[in-house]
Amino acid sequence: MFRFSFQRLRALIRKEFIQLKRDKTTLIMIIMLPVMQLMLFGYAINMDPKHLSTAVISRDNTFLTRSIVSAFEKSDYFNITHKASSDAQGKKLLQQGRVLFVITIPENFTRDVIHGNRPTLLLQADASDPVSIIGATSAMDGIYQSVAQKEFNGSLAYLQNNATPAFSIQVQKSYNPEGFTRYNIVPGLIGMVLVFTGVMMTSLALTRERERGTMENLMSMPLAPLEIMIGKIMPFIFIGMFQATLILLIANLLFEIPVFGSLSVLFVCMFLFIICNLALGFFISTIAKNQTQALQMSIFVLLPCLLLTGFMFPFDGMPLWAQALADMFPLTYFIRITRAIMLKGAGWAEILPDLWPLLILMSVITFFTVKAYKNTLD
Amino acid sequence: MTKWAIDVKNLTKHFGDRVVVNNISLQVPKGKIYGFLGPNGSGKTTTIRMLCGLLTPDHGEGTCLGYDICTQTDLIRKKVGYMTQKFSFWEDLTIRENLEFVTNIYEMDHVKQRVDEALEKLHLTHRANQLAGTLSGGWKQRLALAACILHQPEILLLDEPTAGVDPKARREFWDEINQLSNQGLTVLVSTHYMDEAERCHEIIYIAYGNIMARGTVAQVIAETKLKTFEISGADVPLLRQKFEHNSDIATMALFGENLHICGTNPTKLQKLIEAQKTLAQFQSKEIETSLEDAFIYYLNKAKEN
Repeated sequence: MFRFSFQRLRALIRKEFIQLKRDKTTLIMIIMLPVMQLMLFGYAINMDPKHLSTAVISRDNTFLTRSIVSAFEKSDYFNITHKASSDAQGKKLLQQGRVLFVITIPENFTRDVIHGNRPTLLLQADASDPVSIIGATSAMDGIYQSVAQKEFNGSLAYLQNNATPAFSIQVQKSYNPEGFTRYNIVPGLIGMVLVFTGVMMTSLALTRERERGTMENLMSMPLAPLEIMIGKIMPFIFIGMFQATLILLIANLLFEIPVFGSLSVLFVCMFLFIICNLALGFFISTIAKNQTQALQMSIFVLLPCLLLTGFMFPFDGMPLWAQALADMFPLTYFIRITRAIMLKGAGWAEILPDLWPLLILMSVITFFTVKAYKNTLD
Repeated sequence: MTKWAIDVKNLTKHFGDRVVVNNISLQVPKGKIYGFLGPNGSGKTTTIRMLCGLLTPDHGEGTCLGYDICTQTDLIRKKVGYMTQKFSFWEDLTIRENLEFVTNIYEMDHVKQRVDEALEKLHLTHRANQLAGTLSGGWKQRLALAACILHQPEILLLDEPTAGVDPKARREFWDEINQLSNQGLTVLVSTHYMDEAERCHEIIYIAYGNIMARGTVAQVIAETKLKTFEISGADVPLLRQKFEHNSDIATMALFGENLHICGTNPTKLQKLIEAQKTLAQFQSKEIETSLEDAFIYYLNKAKEN
């Protein structure tokens, strides 16, 4: 075994960066991939759609319900296009996509309000297009306030109590209960880009070296396997971190998506996840005979990541076998962790249930990679 | 200290079911240029890779520079300069960057000074910032050699270093090899060129993974006991047809207008030629057997086994 040498390691890393600097295609991909994906997702969903078609099922026709309906319309988000007479009819309109919302006012609604029974008004939303409804569903408080201000005067002034609203609006999202939003997309996107960089670029960089014959030269030099591995991986750690930071920055500056949790916790988790992916990419390169094979194997990893890990489709909506399969991908845990940190402000304690599987997967993949890597051409 | 730079016994290597190197023993004396010859796919590259620790032999044992080739490959790597068959330095690095990289990998000090010296010796100082990939074949080989000897190895393993290089560049390359050898460096070089084989102190010829001959060029030729006759004249094409598939003729080849025929039994050969004298117009004379004839003879012999 060689003594670990920083002179050697530095030379390896430096070589990697020089090569990267001259590889314009890869360089552009590193920057454009996260930026373009974010722009696509971000702008496609950043529109704040208004005047969305809405159906009303009114079983109580009073000054109050009329006021509520008009408050809905005045919020600019809702456009009452249909009047339905039954739940079934409302459901049909929603299913057909003729309306995005169905407002149901129950019987005796006004009487219940006056008696202080605090009845509930139902707003069903078609969440399969989460993007369109996010603004609308967030307008509920405003609608209540405007109704309260206008109607709860005089003899009804006793209902003006902010602590206990006189009625509530229950938003029921159909078809996509998790309510994917642009907030949810960003953590997934970070994960996806890191998988892409880690697995695909690493495996390609290594098989390229093998294909060009330079790996044989490298192996004939006095280098420890660990030095070659670290030397190869280190630049991609930087690249991954850079890409993640880029996404966070753009998401924040352009789309005002905040990080509620601690940035340092987020970056530590990113680092662990990057190692996971690099090890996987390195592992692929030990099996793949050429760049084409490495690419094929990478896609084999990328596709289930895209489809199963909760990046695109809600995890809970998948059949159990698919969930079990997804549990084997580090990205599944990373997306949950990032969402928890970014959107819910979670700390170490809250992400622990997803952190340890990630750590186990990282150790297993790294173990097999170190085992699979040989410093000979055997 | 032993006098052998390389001393290996019974090296065998399989790839799957195929035996690539079969029971090869090799002794290369220190300070000599040792030629390693054999047809494509005969196991030369595999043998060289085993010598510098890039491949582990399935059977056999031995030492390179006194270090065990199975267990002390780390030590071997520090003292060997290995030049791969294909240019294996980084084409997307400049000449200077390549040399700097190698200097650092071997943990040498005064990196800049050493690289500058190497560049000057190569006469490449003015092109130091050119990408290695833009060099011509001959220059690539010179760069590779310079990079291989930067760390002052004790032995050079050169795998077909001059393949596809023009004669002038080849000669310059060999002048440098001779110079290095004079300084005490051991060189094991594989080649397909006969003139290069003749520049080696000793050669070894392998075919189908087996050693067929070894020694000086003269010894290797003499060992075949081949006699060669050169036939010239108007009826050479006719004779060529007649001699085909004759079991007394070991090898036959056309050199321009002249036909060379070799055989291990000179009396039979002579009889064969005499028999044609009355039927065709030609002259014949005995000439020295060439190394190429010897190699083809060995190759055919290896095929028979």
